[in-house]
Amino acid sequence: MNDPRMDVDLAVNLLSLHLKNPVMPASGCFSFGKEIASFYDLGVLGAVVVKATTLDERLGNPTPRVAETAAGMLNSIGLQNPGVKRVMQEELPNLRQYQSLPVIVNVAGTAIDDYVDVTRELSSSPDVSAIELNISCPNVKCGGIQFGSDPQMAASMVRAIKTVATHPVIVKLSPNVTDIVEMAVACEEAGADGLSLINTVIGMAIDLERRRPLLGSGAGGLSGPAIKPIAIRMVYEVFRHVSIPVIGIGGIMTGADVIEFLMAGATAVQVGTANFVDPLACPRIIDETREWCVQHGVRSIREIIGAASRPNER
Amino acid sequence: MAPMPDVEVFAHETLGKDLYALTFASPIDLRAGRYQPGQFLHIRVSQSFDFLLRRPLSLCNADVDHNRLTVVYRAQGAGTRRLTACKPGDWIDVLGPLGQGFPIRAQDHRTLLIGGGVGVPPLLELAKQLRASGKSVQTIVGFQTAGQLMLVEELAMYGEVTVMTDDGSAGTRGLVTTALTAELCSLADRYYACGPSAMLKAVQQTMRVRGVPGYLSLEERMGCGIGICVGCVHAVYRDGQLTNAKTCREGPVFDEQEVVFA
Repeated sequence: MNDPRMDVDLAVNLLSLHLKNPVMPASGCFSFGKEIASFYDLGVLGAVVVKATTLDERLGNPTPRVAETAAGMLNSIGLQNPGVKRVMQEELPNLRQYQSLPVIVNVAGTAIDDYVDVTRELSSSPDVSAIELNISCPNVKCGGIQFGSDPQMAASMVRAIKTVATHPVIVKLSPNVTDIVEMAVACEEAGADGLSLINTVIGMAIDLERRRPLLGSGAGGLSGPAIKPIAIRMVYEVFRHVSIPVIGIGGIMTGADVIEFLMAGATAVQVGTANFVDPLACPRIIDETREWCVQHGVRSIREIIGAASRPNER
Repeated sequence: MAPMPDVEVFAHETLGKDLYALTFASPIDLRAGRYQPGQFLHIRVSQSFDFLLRRPLSLCNADVDHNRLTVVYRAQGAGTRRLTACKPGDWIDVLGPLGQGFPIRAQDHRTLLIGGGVGVPPLLELAKQLRASGKSVQTIVGFQTAGQLMLVEELAMYGEVTVMTDDGSAGTRGLVTTALTAELCSLADRYYACGPSAMLKAVQQTMRVRGVPGYLSLEERMGCGIGICVGCVHAVYRDGQLTNAKTCREGPVFDEQEVVFA
């Protein structure tokens, strides 16, 4: 115990993917990697999740699109992206240089057909390791979230995607539901290979001087440390009711936060808002996670996955 | 880019009501010259989660001899008010200089600088560098009222300064565009402007009529400052189509020809 020279195995297996550690940047918090690559070697990451990709280019929502809140932020970007064809031609090939770095592409749209078409395009790409279905974006009109709040619609979406996907399919769940477990189980039964949760919590701020919502599109998604307890509770509940792997997301700022999500039942985690505060957040969090394991005599991080639900732990 | 250690604060002066000049060690070696007027420093006002996001503050002065940077800011929100608490000897988390600054063009001889309110500070480093490049500098600055004037004497070290105020309490009553007469503009090869969007839009329109090319430093609410959150976009017309450019990475300074205001 407490031997600083102790080797710690941070590797986890997620779906068919081997991750050298459980930490990956979350979709929309990493763009497509070029900018962050000037700060550190992306090869240190467990995986990457690139920005939400739609069939056609989207210019996104009016500004202001971001606003700081207590221990968090609101965003309403509106899925600005160049469209799946340009993502495949101009963005994904840049990530080839990081060998054995799994690349997860977040897929978004406004109707099932859009999601199917994007998935079909990506299915031919050698640069994709898995697909994350974004049925939880709060920031586009009739875009995604209705699939994320109705279990039947979510299941229809998953079944449609599974008929065309050649990669594992992760479904990203919204916290803006009455029963997260019902959503998770519906996705699992429809054939989802994994679940990631949570997306942002719908919120709003008012500009006191203008007496109007601060964000250009009114409401936005709340993220950051403020939402971590919501995410931890949902990961904990979902983990106990599904047998597919869960990726934990929500306000991770430190290695201790990673450990907390893993104990709640996550196999891996995504770091979002922390990347906006500190471009070096992910490598720092990976180091802190390793250090926690050393300090606590944990030789393999896989030991602690779901620990909070097991009887007789400490 | 190497990991960014915190940098030491050397001075924190009050310039006026709610107006501060913060001087700190540059995170980069300024002698290498890889900085431009118009770039910004992205500063954490506290290590606590209370103020999670950084504040973008434009570079106002680069002291190459001492490798120090100064930003001038108005404490107008809870975050910038928190920043006022930092003292010489404290260490702060600074990222930058970031973004694309004001280009200095070899063929120009006479330059016109136009600033409004908290858009004035970056014009000081710009005026200094333009003068060092042998160009003449004329500056027009606009404020709401006399109590908000800043950096007028400092700017006057590099050329004539015209002050405009909304209420006429200092300088001449009127907007900066009131001062952009055909006669004055006929003496300018290029203009550089920084200020609120309404001012920039009016300046762009006026200077297009006057036939003077220029650069605009845009103001949008920023998140990450490095181009990954896509929060701070502004509409630009580029390659024959309308698109959204990231103010933090592709700007904040843009050629006025491509900037589209709503």
